[in-house]
Amino acid sequence: MNLKYSFKSAFEALRANKSRSVLTILGIVIGITAIILIMAIGQGGQDLILNQVEGMGSQTISIQPGREPKGISDMASLFSDSLKEKDYEALKKKSNVPSVIEVMPEVIAVVTFSYEGETKQTSVIGASEILAEILDIYPSEGSFFTDEDINSRASVVVIGSEIKEDLFGLSQAIGQKIRIKNRDFRVVGVFPQKGQVSMFNMDEMAVIPHTTAQKYITGTNYYNEIILKVASESVVSQAIKEIEATMRESHNITDPEKDDFHVHTQADIIESVSIVTDVLTALLLSVAAISLIVGGIGIMNIMLVSVTERTREIGLRKAVGATQRDILVQFLLESVLLTAIGGVIGILAGAVFAFLISLILSKLLNLSWAFNFPLSAAMAGLVVSALVGLIFGIYPAKRAAAKSPIEALRYE
Amino acid sequence: MAFIEVKNLEKTYLSDEVKTEVLKDINFSINKGEFVAIMGPSGSGKSTLLHMLGFLDKPTTGKYLFEGKTIDDYSDDELAKIRNKRMGFVFQSFNLLPRTTVLDNIRLPLVYSDIEESLWDNLALKAIEEVGILHRKDFRPSQLSGGEQQRAAIARALVVNPGVIFADEPTGNLDSKTGQQIIEILMKLNQEKGHTIILITHEKEIADSAKRIIRLKDGRIESDSIKEINHESKIQL
Repeated sequence: MNLKYSFKSAFEALRANKSRSVLTILGIVIGITAIILIMAIGQGGQDLILNQVEGMGSQTISIQPGREPKGISDMASLFSDSLKEKDYEALKKKSNVPSVIEVMPEVIAVVTFSYEGETKQTSVIGASEILAEILDIYPSEGSFFTDEDINSRASVVVIGSEIKEDLFGLSQAIGQKIRIKNRDFRVVGVFPQKGQVSMFNMDEMAVIPHTTAQKYITGTNYYNEIILKVASESVVSQAIKEIEATMRESHNITDPEKDDFHVHTQADIIESVSIVTDVLTALLLSVAAISLIVGGIGIMNIMLVSVTERTREIGLRKAVGATQRDILVQFLLESVLLTAIGGVIGILAGAVFAFLISLILSKLLNLSWAFNFPLSAAMAGLVVSALVGLIFGIYPAKRAAAKSPIEALRYE
Repeated sequence: MAFIEVKNLEKTYLSDEVKTEVLKDINFSINKGEFVAIMGPSGSGKSTLLHMLGFLDKPTTGKYLFEGKTIDDYSDDELAKIRNKRMGFVFQSFNLLPRTTVLDNIRLPLVYSDIEESLWDNLALKAIEEVGILHRKDFRPSQLSGGEQQRAAIARALVVNPGVIFADEPTGNLDSKTGQQIIEILMKLNQEKGHTIILITHEKEIADSAKRIIRLKDGRIESDSIKEINHESKIQL
């Protein structure tokens, strides 16, 4: 039997039972829609995060307290207080870390700002003026605080555009005093609108000298992170060695196994972000796969009904010369066509939903979320849906092919 | 060598340890171009016999030779091919595919044949013309009368130009006038085109149209008579 005719008769059979066909493929449609949606959003999310991480530049290295977390039990060490001022001082010495050009300690706290009755809760970063260079964001009004402000623990603050808007509206912010933790901070600079950079939403952030942050805000003597910058990407691995050596010397550690800090590069962060999103995607995909299996069982069920209903047709076809293979191919083609159509509908629906979600995310939440159609997922979806038809169609098709022509013709 | 030869054919069914003899001691041969009616009351085993003649079923013992070969000489696929090329079937309940047009129904055996696709339409149209329902070619079976449906079924049996047409109670679902028209078509095919026709019926009037009647009773051949008849004046035996 030629393929063109097989396709034609498979289409006719599916068209003859339109509503049944539509209901049957619903499971496949939902499954494939979910897969496309998950892949598109997973990819979009990953791109978004990676873009932001890359916003910090590939020449940036960070030191974080505690061991590199290898499991849940290591998580606590992330909050340890191992990064101290002496480390910062040691890393500032050019002779210790010749590949490093800039060093900046970082203290992070969540605080409440108030100005003339307006309050706003936000995170404040204790850093140095190098932050501007690392994040590539310079105040559009006023200026960054200086080394001198850091040394004198000056109460000065550079604020993000949204904080400025919330607290001051359209009026001048520079020179005004904001109250943080019962202390007045003079606004010296305002950042331009920038959105998300790395882990920070720059528009909602305030930067103060790290010395000030430690003394008046957190009351601690350690840093949450030390950020370093190297001259070029090619010296990153050399710089890591120098940094580790310096840190170990500063901490009197001889066995690298006992490090109470860990060094991250942007590449590491990109890798771990990818792992997290990949794991999440895989998890969601397995949920979608369940829908496909359930859908496949539905297909098998309906195909079995169809085989029984069309017993006489099978008998007749065999009487006029159809081989077992012809009948097998005919019914297999029907189930594959059915699920493939479901796959195509699912791909289209998934793409439309993913596009709508990207619209919502980018317009409503102001994320730089790009819609990209997951072409590879679409092709995989088509193949998977056809495979579902093949796998779950094979049993009913075999039953059809094995029918004896006399029994089939006698069937009422 | 006879076209169709049946030697000591026997068919027994086993169900729940009970042996039922459906056919026993069946012997006959049919030459090319004959018009044979196999007649008998229901339960006489005539349908079982037809299934065996059509290579749809196997005899328990004995031999059935179609063009010199038995069912055991062929694989399943070869049997399908023989049924496709050399045999045509007409059933009591027409068995047309309800979703497709008359023309497509008639083309069905061609689909399973190795005849080139470019010839299908011509062959189907020729067959449809032969049975006189060309004007119905694009209709669906449900839009046709019973007689027209059976004509379409005959055209379907004809389309591959088979050696023999097996008709299993072709008039059973038709009124006697329409039934007679169907028989006339079969006779015309036999006389004008030389098709071998084996007709199964329990109606005497229908069987009388054939030149030869094999009567079955309780699984055995009761009589096998050849007569020269003029189908317009029925001669009572």
